[in-house]
Amino acid sequence: MRANTWAGRNKVKVRDVPDPKILNNRDAIVRITSTAICGSDLHLVDGYVPTMQDGDVMGHEFMGEVIEVGAGVDPHRLRVGDRVVVPFPIACGACGACAAELYSCCENSNPNAGIAEKMFGHPVTGIFGYSHLTGGFAGGQAQYARVPFADVGPLKIESELTDEQVLFLSDILPTGYMGAEMCDIQPSDVVAVWGAGPVGQFAMDSARVLGAAKVIAIDKEPYRLQMAQRAGHTPVNFEEVDVRSQLLELTGGRGPDKCIDAVGMEATHGSAHIAAYDRVKQAVRSETDRPHALRQAILSCRSGGVVSVIGVYGGLLDKFPAGAWMNRALTLRTGQCHVQRYMKPLLQRIERGEIDPTRIITHTMPLDEAERGFDIFKNKQDGCEKVVLKP
Amino acid sequence: MELTATTTIRKPAPEVYAFWRDLENLPTFMAHLEEVRATGDRTSHWSAGAPFGKNVEWDAEIVEEAPGEKIAWRSTGKADVPNAGSVRFVPAPDGVSTEVHVVLVYEIPGGRVGKAIAKYFGEEPHQQLDDDLRRLKQVLETGEVVRSDGAPWGKRARREFPQRPAQPLSDSELAKGADA
Repeated sequence: MRANTWAGRNKVKVRDVPDPKILNNRDAIVRITSTAICGSDLHLVDGYVPTMQDGDVMGHEFMGEVIEVGAGVDPHRLRVGDRVVVPFPIACGACGACAAELYSCCENSNPNAGIAEKMFGHPVTGIFGYSHLTGGFAGGQAQYARVPFADVGPLKIESELTDEQVLFLSDILPTGYMGAEMCDIQPSDVVAVWGAGPVGQFAMDSARVLGAAKVIAIDKEPYRLQMAQRAGHTPVNFEEVDVRSQLLELTGGRGPDKCIDAVGMEATHGSAHIAAYDRVKQAVRSETDRPHALRQAILSCRSGGVVSVIGVYGGLLDKFPAGAWMNRALTLRTGQCHVQRYMKPLLQRIERGEIDPTRIITHTMPLDEAERGFDIFKNKQDGCEKVVLKP
Repeated sequence: MELTATTTIRKPAPEVYAFWRDLENLPTFMAHLEEVRATGDRTSHWSAGAPFGKNVEWDAEIVEEAPGEKIAWRSTGKADVPNAGSVRFVPAPDGVSTEVHVVLVYEIPGGRVGKAIAKYFGEEPHQQLDDDLRRLKQVLETGEVVRSDGAPWGKRARREFPQRPAQPLSDSELAKGADA
């Protein structure tokens, strides 16, 4: 089959690889009809996530048709012919974490848990196409994928919704939604979202759906801010204005009640010397993450507010504003999204027309053009917000 | 050398105990074991796999057992690698799960076998037993050892790093099976 693979730093390559087969009893093989490039794929391509290997099949946002199931798959849950969206965290459904619906903390799905444990203190879940640290599972930017624990994660789509309407239930819609949900939003809340990429856009829409009074979008790309503005959110361009002053202005001096970091470890910064400091430290590997967005979110949030982190961090960071966090009674919440927990309720919101996930799609192209897709997405060319690939 | 490790398994203590008490199950998750064969109610014959060097075998006997709570064993006779072990099963505070606490003691011999064992345990001897217990948890909670494309070899997975790329196995690789 054809698959998009990691081919070293700053390089992806579509190549021929073997078709996936059943390896465990509860596996299914899915013929992929739609897949997408995620912002977190860029962290892998940019070389900031360790344990990537040449030839790793990328991609963790995909959907398609079940063409084969292992002997252990519960036929009441999944059968050949089902149309499914596959959640990016692989979860067994049986461990303590899964029982608590903390699916992205599954204790069984990562065969490389011993390696992950060394880096993070405790292991992390298996994730499709997302380094060997998260299991070394082949990803979904391919014609076919093997899906472990297929009777736990995949969501059956039984209505006539298009791929484009449901594909993002695999990751970015639930991730954005969880970012907003962790904010415990009240009707009087002003919610500021750092990053107007795909996850940020969905965090904004979710904050609105959950009843926020005002939602602010912070980014530097005019086209991404315009996209947020068209959806009813208030844009702030950090290259044009001082973010803190602008947020004070927009909130009567209080600061946003809730702040969402939808940027993560590769933030850019309006202040060149601070950006350079973190870039150099990251380049020489004495800091793995560039956390400007997180720092600014903490410093901007009103006292007693919540800072919710859904942007991805990989390791260690410098100059964490612990004083602001502690003395101003901020709550910091985070997590890789427990996608399985949100898929059904969000599908219902899509069916009811409360959220339109298709609004962020700017490019659709064949899988074979994945290289170009990564290029324009990474370099923010051609107004690129979200690329959907068709195998 | 004494190794300890512990894990929590979301199954009741009698079930976890019963699985372990059937000593023939141990090679399904313990990387260094090739086979354990029961030779009597409390006696058994163990053979170690490649990590310990070839043809390392010993007889063992259960020296203490409290159903649902504890099993202790030790090698008997003239074992190449005299060893003993114990496992305790303790109900976890959640009222559902079982804490498994394992202690293994090896008397490392000199010579070829000693070298192979030292190499196997490496600089972080606890890691091997930690991984064994992770697989025990996988087997009891999900039914089998979890395989990925990068780490498809079941309990032998840790031997290789860097791993094979995270892309599907070829037919010839697939034919090797989980214990290749």
